Amino acid sequence: MKKEVARFAITHTQFVDENGNMNEDFPQDVPSSDILTQWYKTMVLTRVFDGKAINLQRTGKMGTYASSEGQEAVGVGLASAMQEGDVLVPTYREHVAQMMRADSPESAMTKILLFWGGDERGNMREGIGKDDFPACVPIGTQTCHAVGVASAFKIRKEKRAVVCTVGDGGTSKGDFYESLNCAGAWQLPVVFVIVNNGFAISLSRDKQTNSLTLAQKGIAAGIHFCQQVDGNDVVAVYEAVRVALQRARAGQGPSVIEALTYRLSDHTTADDAKRYRSSEEVKVARKKDPLLRSRALLERLGHWDASLEEELQKQSHASVESAVKSYFDIIENHPQTASDMFVFLHEHIPESLVQQQGRALSEKKGGIGGH
Amino acid sequence: MVINVKENAPDSGLGHTMVDALNMALAYEMRVNKHVVVLGEDIGVNGGVFRVTDGLLKKFGRERVLDTPLSETLIVGMSIGMASQGLRPVAEIQFSGFVYPGFDQIVNHASRLRNRTRGVLTCPMVVRMPSGGGIHAPEHHSESVEAFFTHVPGLRVVIPSSPKRAYGLLLASIRDPDPVIFLEPTRLYRLGKEVVEDTGEALPLDRCFVLREGKDVTLVSWGASIHETLLATDALLKEGVSAEVIDVATLKYLDEATILQSVKKTGRLVVIHEAPEMSGFGAEIMARVLERGLYFLLSPPRRIAGFNCVMPLYRLEEHYIPSVERIVAEVRELLAAS
Repeated sequence: MKKEVARFAITHTQFVDENGNMNEDFPQDVPSSDILTQWYKTMVLTRVFDGKAINLQRTGKMGTYASSEGQEAVGVGLASAMQEGDVLVPTYREHVAQMMRADSPESAMTKILLFWGGDERGNMREGIGKDDFPACVPIGTQTCHAVGVASAFKIRKEKRAVVCTVGDGGTSKGDFYESLNCAGAWQLPVVFVIVNNGFAISLSRDKQTNSLTLAQKGIAAGIHFCQQVDGNDVVAVYEAVRVALQRARAGQGPSVIEALTYRLSDHTTADDAKRYRSSEEVKVARKKDPLLRSRALLERLGHWDASLEEELQKQSHASVESAVKSYFDIIENHPQTASDMFVFLHEHIPESLVQQQGRALSEKKGGIGGH
Repeated sequence: MVINVKENAPDSGLGHTMVDALNMALAYEMRVNKHVVVLGEDIGVNGGVFRVTDGLLKKFGRERVLDTPLSETLIVGMSIGMASQGLRPVAEIQFSGFVYPGFDQIVNHASRLRNRTRGVLTCPMVVRMPSGGGIHAPEHHSESVEAFFTHVPGLRVVIPSSPKRAYGLLLASIRDPDPVIFLEPTRLYRLGKEVVEDTGEALPLDRCFVLREGKDVTLVSWGASIHETLLATDALLKEGVSAEVIDVATLKYLDEATILQSVKKTGRLVVIHEAPEMSGFGAEIMARVLERGLYFLLSPPRRIAGFNCVMPLYRLEEHYIPSVERIVAEVRELLAAS
């Protein structure tokens, strides 16, 4: 005799369509138009910052950089849903969430420039994000850290939760499955947000896995809140993460939220996306740009117009310029020294390293190949 | 400071095994520091496959003694997350041959978190794992992995060779504000006993232990090979050869001064370890002595190590692990040549 022993479903949520129309089930209580405006402003600032960062790389003033163009709504949505005390465990592309969890966006932008500009001080988080993890480069490995932070909260019975982002590429990794499995088994207060931007560098989403959705990967781990949202709809992202965090803090366990978005830029400044995707595909994706959608919504609600837009662009450029100025001030006037390679390896520098430290300090910077 | 350990211990049959001592250290630190948690596979209900964590679940409860899913990457990665939040995780990897999935987390994250964040986030954690051969288990259960870890900046690497040193060094490792790889020689887990006082007193993490004083040759070793080295020393003494024995229990950071001082006295150096000779930690010790103590030497220094072969299954183990006879013979050769 056969009988069905389990059945699952994944829902997809969109509250604002790509033309800025509110769908029928748009949440009436949240968010206010002030908040929607603020979210849009943050997305625009991030977009301006991205453009500037790419320019800095192209002109040799910063190293390789990973743009977040096109994914801004995911970061804004999830960071807005987080509270003080929550911890963000991000990928290396979570610029906007880091900006929203710092003392000021300018200060965060300076640090993001420092990080990609080859200075470890760019990883020193601050403000409500002071416990957040730094940008994680080895793909998917951060998911394990998120489980550990969430375990610490559970062990200490703290009403705090973790948001961990991972790309679509990261969901192919063992680390990701192991983390989801443990989070499910222990019902930990962690929200995994899969930022599905369509590409693991050059490998498109459909070639990475035959899984119909990435959200469903949480189901096998016994995670009860697994959903897909339109990742270019900031309201949908916010609402899903808000509910997931509420559940996490209430002891109702982990969640997986797959946010569907599109990486409009190259993987990094060292990549050329034209090698693996067509300009037609990108053109279609640009119509779904989260900034266009948020602006259209605000205009429809009567909260936005061309003069406000002009003002915002001006403010954003000024803010980015101020961050860039601080970046140059730090690397030119307050650079790290060779000694800094040694002093942060351990709390107390071991005797044998003191000798090498002295040597490193006494020698001039040498010539090396490359650039 | 030179730490001389005179007793090193013909087994009286009394007192504690290394397993007992490790268990006592864990229990002591869990008692005095509520941030200490232990985690790993089969470490709770089952008390660990070698019983090192036996009884801790009952004493400290499920929140601090965590039976994890079977997942080494996660065990290490999760410990990093816990440590960043101020806990002091002590993770057990069931056998060192299974640490490799967790190697990524150790090398890319645990060892670097403090450096990466310029001290904002830190990673005070211990990764314990049984090490070396001699227990007649299948492949992957007898590996000596210390050299993989000594190469990694930001880690400390510790391997005790007696119950007392196991107790004091594990306490020190848990109290260290940074990640420590703690290797436990399975062959010594229950080989001898000594009375370990449960005083909570830690040993330093950067000092060698001089187990025997001698004047003709310096024998440097660590972990399980200390056992064969001491037996060889006894045999050599009967032939009138006086060997100094140094236990490098804290491979990283290496107490170079104690070794150099000894070589200055004896003029001869032999390094003995179970791991393969090629790129083993013996090479590091030898390089340091050659760089800083070449003119003390009366003869070329020598390594007595595992051959550059895969650790065999146990029927060939005695051909692989440096034996008492091999140590005696090679020391004899060395002395005859100088």
